[in-house]
Formats: sequence, C-alpha cells, structure tokens
Amino acid sequence: MRSSIVTCAIRGRCYMRESVRAIALFALVAIGAQSAPSLALDPQAADQVTRGYYLAIAGDCAACHTAPGGKPFAGGLPIETPFGTLLSANITPDRQAGIGAWSDDDFVRSVQQGIAPGGMHLYPAMPYPAFTHVTREDLLAVRAYLSTLDAVSDPVATNRLPFPFKIRASMIVWNALNFSPGEFHADANRSAQWNRGAYLVNGLGHCGTCHTPKNLLGGDKSAAPLSGAAVVGWYAPPLDSSVRTGLGAWRIEDVVSYLKTGWGGGQAATGTMALVVANSTSQLADADLRSIAVYLKDIAAPAQAPAPLDKTSAVMRSGKALYSANCSACHTSTGEGVAGLAPTLANSPIVQSASTDTLLDVVLNGAQAVATDAAPTAPGMPAFGWQLSDEQIAALLTYVRNDWGNAGSAVAASDVHSIRAHHAD
Amino acid sequence: MSRRLPATDVAIIGLGWTGAIMAEQLTKAGLNVIAIERGPWRNTSTDFPTTYIQDELRYAIRLDMFQQASQGTLTFRNNAHQTALPIRHFGSFLPGNGVGGAGVHWNGQTWRFLQSDFVLKSHLEARYGKGCIPSDVTIQDWGVTFEELEPYYDKFEKLCGISGKAGHLKGQIQPGGNPFEGSRSDEYPTPPMRQPYAPTLFAETAAAMGYHPFARPSANLSTAYTNPLGVRLGPCTYCGFCERFGCGNYSKASPQTTVLPVLMRRRNFTAMTNCEVVRISMSRDGKRATGVSYVDSSGEVWEQPAELVLVCSYSYNCVHMLLVSGIGKPYDPVSGKGVVGRNYAYQTSCGVNMFFDDKVFNPFIGAGSLGMCMDDFNGDNFDHSGLGFIGGAGISASVSGGRPIQHRPVPPGTPRWGAAWKSATRDNYQRAMSIGSQGSSYSNRGAYLDLDPTYKDPLGRPLLRMTFDFHPNDIKMSAYILERMAQIGAKLNPKLLIKEPLTPPYNIVPYQSTHNTGGALMGADPSTSVVNRYLQSWDVPNVFVMGAAVFPQNAGYNPTGTVGALTYWSADAIINRYLRDPGPLLHA
Repeated sequence: MRSSIVTCAIRGRCYMRESVRAIALFALVAIGAQSAPSLALDPQAADQVTRGYYLAIAGDCAACHTAPGGKPFAGGLPIETPFGTLLSANITPDRQAGIGAWSDDDFVRSVQQGIAPGGMHLYPAMPYPAFTHVTREDLLAVRAYLSTLDAVSDPVATNRLPFPFKIRASMIVWNALNFSPGEFHADANRSAQWNRGAYLVNGLGHCGTCHTPKNLLGGDKSAAPLSGAAVVGWYAPPLDSSVRTGLGAWRIEDVVSYLKTGWGGGQAATGTMALVVANSTSQLADADLRSIAVYLKDIAAPAQAPAPLDKTSAVMRSGKALYSANCSACHTSTGEGVAGLAPTLANSPIVQSASTDTLLDVVLNGAQAVATDAAPTAPGMPAFGWQLSDEQIAALLTYVRNDWGNAGSAVAASDVHSIRAHHAD
Repeated sequence: MSRRLPATDVAIIGLGWTGAIMAEQLTKAGLNVIAIERGPWRNTSTDFPTTYIQDELRYAIRLDMFQQASQGTLTFRNNAHQTALPIRHFGSFLPGNGVGGAGVHWNGQTWRFLQSDFVLKSHLEARYGKGCIPSDVTIQDWGVTFEELEPYYDKFEKLCGISGKAGHLKGQIQPGGNPFEGSRSDEYPTPPMRQPYAPTLFAETAAAMGYHPFARPSANLSTAYTNPLGVRLGPCTYCGFCERFGCGNYSKASPQTTVLPVLMRRRNFTAMTNCEVVRISMSRDGKRATGVSYVDSSGEVWEQPAELVLVCSYSYNCVHMLLVSGIGKPYDPVSGKGVVGRNYAYQTSCGVNMFFDDKVFNPFIGAGSLGMCMDDFNGDNFDHSGLGFIGGAGISASVSGGRPIQHRPVPPGTPRWGAAWKSATRDNYQRAMSIGSQGSSYSNRGAYLDLDPTYKDPLGRPLLRMTFDFHPNDIKMSAYILERMAQIGAKLNPKLLIKEPLTPPYNIVPYQSTHNTGGALMGADPSTSVVNRYLQSWDVPNVFVMGAAVFPQNAGYNPTGTVGALTYWSADAIINRYLRDPGPLLHA
C-alpha cells in the first residue's frame, strides 16, 4: 500500500457528491459576504481579514474543514485513511468546540508544527508539513478571518483511529522521520515571482500533498518533489517540466488558464483537481497563478524518451478500432479533441503518465470537468466500465498511449481489473 | 392542505427552452426565480451519454424521455360532432418531459418566420383583397412585427450557435442563403453544416429549375462554439441521433448545452424537479396570480407564493394551465366568443419518396437539421392569385439519420415483415431519398382546445380536449406543394417516385409533428387574443405565457426559433417595462 494518511485525506473529498460540493462552495462564498460588516471598525484589521479570507482560499481550508451539508468550518468531514477514520476539526471561533480560546501562538504552532494547545499532536491529514512554510503574518491573517465566522458549538471528536494509531504521541516519531519544520525563506537568486510561486505551491497550496511521491510512512520523498504520486485509485501527475508527462509542453498561460478556468494545455481539471480549481485556484489573483506557473515550469524533470509501441501489433490495431468506435466522436481521430469540451489526448501528460491509474479511473468511471465562472460548461465524459471489458480497455489505452506521437507502456488487462476492483470496494 | 413556502419573485412553470431562458434573464436582472418542472433533472454526460444514447428502441420507439400518457394526456376528436377520447399512447406529436423539455430531443431546425407571417391577415388582404381569406379561417396579425423581433431572433441564434448562411443581411440579398428571409442584423454564428449527397442532389436540381435552395439553419453545430454566456458547444458528428434523443456530444443546442450550466450557478435560482404545478393560485377577485400550487413526487402539495408567474410548459399544456386556473375567458366555438383555447393549429405536411438504381446515399450520415431547403413556395413568397388557397410550405431534402428501426425505405407493395421485406430493405436502404414539405396551418373556427367534460388527469383536473382536422384551405395548399416537389423529384430520374399526399382526416396515431400551436394566442385585441404583444395575460397582468401556444396560426416552419425570439422579447419587456411599473403593459 503506497497510500498515506495525507493523500487519503484528499481522497476522502472525492466521496462528496456534486450537490454537497456545491453547498460547500456556496457556503464559502456566503462567508466571504458575511465577513464584510465586521470589517468596518478598523481598516487595518479589515485588510487583515480580507487577506486572511484570500489566504484561506489559497489553502483550500474549507475543503476539509466544512462537512457535507455542515456549517462552514465546523469540521466533521470524515477523512478515510488506511489507518482508520479521522474527522476534520471545528475551526470556528467557538471557545469550547472550536479554536476561539486559542492564542495566536497556539494557532500558529498547530498549523506550522502540528501541535495543538496542551501538546496534542495533529495527524498529517492536516498538511502541516506544507503549512510549516507559511509565514506567521499570513497565518495570523487567516486566523483573523476565521475569527469573523459564526461560532459553531458542535464539538467534533476528530480521532476515530483504532489502536495503536489513535495514540497521538506516535506522531512524535513520524515527525522525527518525515517532518522538517521551518518557514519559507526566499531564494535571493530567483525572481520575486518565482519565490512567490514557490511559497504558494509548497506552503498554503500544499500541492505536494498529492503530487509528491510518498515513502512507506506517508511522508514526502523530499528528493523528488512534485514528481507525481500514486494515490489510492488514481495518480497525481508530475508537475515538473517533463514534456511527455509533466508541464514541459505547457506555456505559462496554459498553467494559469488551467488553474483559473479548469481548462489549460488541452486538458480539463476533473476529479479531485476539479475541487481544487473550484474551491481554491479559480478564485486566486491572476498574478499569484502566474507566479505558481513560473515556479512549476522551473522544476527540473528526469530525461525520458521511451519509444512508442509497434503500431502493427494486434493489440494496437484492436485498440485503434475500439478508439474509433467509442472515443473518436469527441476526442477526434487525431487525438486533438475539442478545446473546452474533450481533452487533447495527443501529447497529453495524463495519457502518457507512468502510472495509468488516473487514465483507467477516467475510462472506467467517466469524469466531470469543473465549472468555473470563466468556463461554466463543465462537460462530462461517460463511464465505459460497464460497456468495455478489461481486455478492450487495455487495448484501447495501449493504443491511445502510443499513437499521435504519444509513447507509453502497454496497459495490461490485469491493470484494468485492479482499478475496477478498487472502485468496487 | 398545502404547505406554504417562502415567497419568491418569480415562479416558472416548466424548465424547458422558454423557462430556462426566462430564468437566465430574470436572475441576471437580480430576481429570485424558482422553476418547477414536472419531470426529472437531466444532464448530458449522465443522461445522454454517447455510450447508450443511440438506443433507438428505448428512446425513439418506447419514447423514454417524453411525457407518458399516464402522467397526463389529452382527449382528441376531429370535430365538435364527435366524442373525444383520451390519447393513451402519444403518436401524432410527442410532448417533452423533464429539464430541458422538448429542447432535449428536438431536431434543431431553427427558423425565423417570414416578415409577412407576423402581419398575415393584413398582408394577405392588402395583396389579394378582403375576400381572399375563407370565412371560417381565423388567422390574424401577431401584434409584433418581424423587425421588432429581429434582435431577439439574433439573440436566440447566438445563444444556440446556429449554423447557417444569411440570405438577407443588412438589407442585402446574399448568395447561398435564403433570399426570402427578412433582413438580418448579423450573419449566423457558425457556418452551415456540410451537406451529404441527397440534399446536394436536390439543391443542384432545384437551383437548375430556378429555385433558391440553401442549407437549413441548424442547432446541430458545424463547428465548436462558445455562446455569449460562456457555455461551449462541440461540432456535430453527423451521427444521426437527434430527434427523440439527447445529444451526447454537446453538439445540439438545448437548455443543457447553452443555458443551464450558467443558470445553475446563480444563487438566486432554484429548480424543483419532479414537481408538477397543479394550478396557478389566484387572488379572491381573480385579477392577480398569487403564486402556484404544486405537488411533489411524494404527493405532498406545496403553495409557492410569487409576484410573477411565467407559464413555460409545452404549448397546449400552457393552455390547459390557464383553463384549470380560470385565467382568461374560454373560447366558445359556437358563438366565436372567448379566447383561451382559440386558434389551435398544427402543421401540414406531405412529401415524395424516390428509389434509385444508380445512387448510394449513405443515409446514416445525418443530423436532425441536416438538409437543403427552398422557401420559394413558403408563406406568401409566391403569387397565390387564382390558386384557391392561402399559405405555403418549406420544401427540403433532409437526412436526419438512417437509424435501423425507423429508417426502412421500401417501395409500396413490399410486405411489412419477413424475407421479402428484409430483401427490399437490403436493396433500398442505400438507394432511397425523399423530398419533404412542412406547411402552414391556418387557424379556423372549428379547431380549438377546451376542457374535456368527462376525463380527468391523475391530479383530478379535467383533461384538455383537442378538436382539430385539416382545413380544406390547407389540404389544397398541400396538394399544390406536392406537385411542386414531384416536379423536382422527377428531374432526379428516380426508378420510382411515390407521392405521399396529406390524407384527411387528421389521424392522431402516426407521428407527424410536435408543432402544436395556438390556444393562448397573442394579439393586439383582447377580444381575439389571450396575451398581449409582450406575452402578458390581458386578464391577469402578473401572468405571462411563453411558447408556441401564443402563435395566432402556424407558419411553414419549425417553431423553436420564433419561440426563442419571443421569449427574449418578452423577457426584455418584463425587465425594462413591467418591473418598473408592475401592471398591464398595454391597455385595451
């Protein structure tokens, strides 16, 4: 099992239904509106709250801290992990159930170091290994914003893990092995834009929570940041500059567009990334998105140059016929797709990815693009799992991964079977 | 007892084309809007997926997405001397059900009516004299002109991304388009579709005969398109599964592919699905609607108070809603008095089928609106002097799809099943084409809608009763059109040419057209119309009626383009006139 507590925290969000997601989003917007009246007294405090609201979006706090149909930031969202279930905490200003009684130092320490008042260790489902990079000033702005929320007095018993994982002190050991605390320090040799991007990507954005490969304990493999990671049932692709499987072929504008609208580089944000775009990145300032893009585009990638498979093989010919019958109407016979509706398959990082988990998930279960103000269509791809056999899907994807300039390993029927079995669980 | 809900600004009955457009316009204007839809929610990728939407048996034969008679039907008779009986299986027309309404499973033929169509009575009397209209034909002017509607036609076409070629642009006749259309302010948003063999052959022949063929304006898009709301549509794949099917490729304009993605993100909009409005609730004095009463899927009745009620369900269902709610005076065919239910009209169709030895048509390359048309014999585009009828028809060669169950062209005399039928199918599937016509249907005194005295729907309301037959004027018109088509067909040198005339009496069983019009007609005079030129009820000013029910008579075109234009026209009047001073926009 290569999954981790951290990555499963994100996977837990996938079980939310569409309607629930919409409610969560609306709740977030509503909070933004409600925070306005309390700003009137002190302009400096008002600025801080406004900034905190924005930073809370950058950190996508509501994604975990608002439960389906629940009150904003009142916690209670079940987060499935391989070790058991956690519930997200109530971070409203209630003095008993929430964090209203915490001092600023308590708040900063818990977010940056994963240690709550009284020395209670948090689990890294709360991504403090990333948030440790966030400046105290920014965290206090987030806190100022959270202080304007309605206090919710419903307590949440966050820890539902079985023994021995329920012993929070076990995190002392985990931290010693996997956690490097410390605020972000700008690299003087880089531009301000690059540094802003690095700060957002590695700090509040906590992109590595999904996109950085994990060790056996679920800690980041620090030698390969953002180089792509398997999560349970899908694969978070590399954000490095690999031309085939990363962002190497994307322009800065493509990355910005992807994060802003849900579409960029011919690709659509779906699944978990659709939620990230909807709840977080689509609401960020263009300058910040550009900084993120500049930083991501600068991440080096290992050289890879696999050769495409022989097109004349029986599997490739069978795959082509299946593609023609099932896929070409939308994705076109050249794999070009239709901008804004059907992603480009030719030269697609997801299609050529080393792990086929996401690809298989999409073909088996379908996918729904995200709706944003800039791109409200949110087209969906139907599920093919009920219609095509493991062998057919394997041939189809082997073909897709090896035509139009694509190159990727063959997909085996057993790969299809295992992803199918995972989703049936 | 019904439970009372918090009041809203606008209650919309039915979330199809007109309901969705109205909701978009009014929520944008800042109003709180609740749309109440009898059928289910429907979404492209989950309800019309490319993986099974081509199930012809399920959708086209068993009519999966349509209104089922068990939900509510109507009774039918040809004339007032007969006893109407309930339609137990829809046939002649197929009303929609569910979010998107018939806009989900339409063909996508998107027309503008002719300038003369909107001033029909005065135009004909001016051209041919007062006596040209048969005494029992009750056609009238619309109260709105083509020129007034033009910007709203443009708006609807841009919403949908209609594919076509202007024939009359800013006063100039354009090659390749329809020279008979009224002057357009702009070109079509996307280029015309590519035409397959049969329509091309028809067009070449028609042009050689001096007619003016052009590609039919189509909501099956020729290219990808992003509409002014930011919603994206894809290029049509010519798969031939449009009519009776949802489009899985985002290529056919529908509420789902044009409006709903934006509308559903508006916080001041709510859609209540699987909820059926029982009636419009009225104030004690009957002068004002107070909201709507609806029943949910568990049978519970809710009262939804609203300042404004928009009747946006299917054409004749709007008439039914007015009748059961007591809005407007019901039409009495004996005295000719009253208006609600008056001037029900339909569509008058005939065609020719042709069989060839030396041609291969590939009819499976199709789309709902794919085809070449000519308007030389539509409306009053030709001189009717001495012809003995008024009206006309659009003539076209269309390829809507060579679907395996419904598209089985065989010569007359072929057995209807068995080896000989199979053999004839094999021989003729690739070698048959047809020329069709869609003719005007001119309202008359004996064609109307009222409440049935006997039969009731599941909610205990009287069923709507339809009384209709083809009028002699329309039959004559159709016979004339048939000969024009036969002349063109003969020039193609088919092995066999079969005329398919209009055959009275009107039969409710075989499918003909879901273009039911009238009954809540618009006009300038409250004694002959139900709504004014802004589609506002003359009697209850906070009720507006959308859709083809407001047509005073039907033209030789599909109604949706005009329905869309009228909806935008009415929305404009509501936002810019009614909201400033709620009350009658016009005084009789």
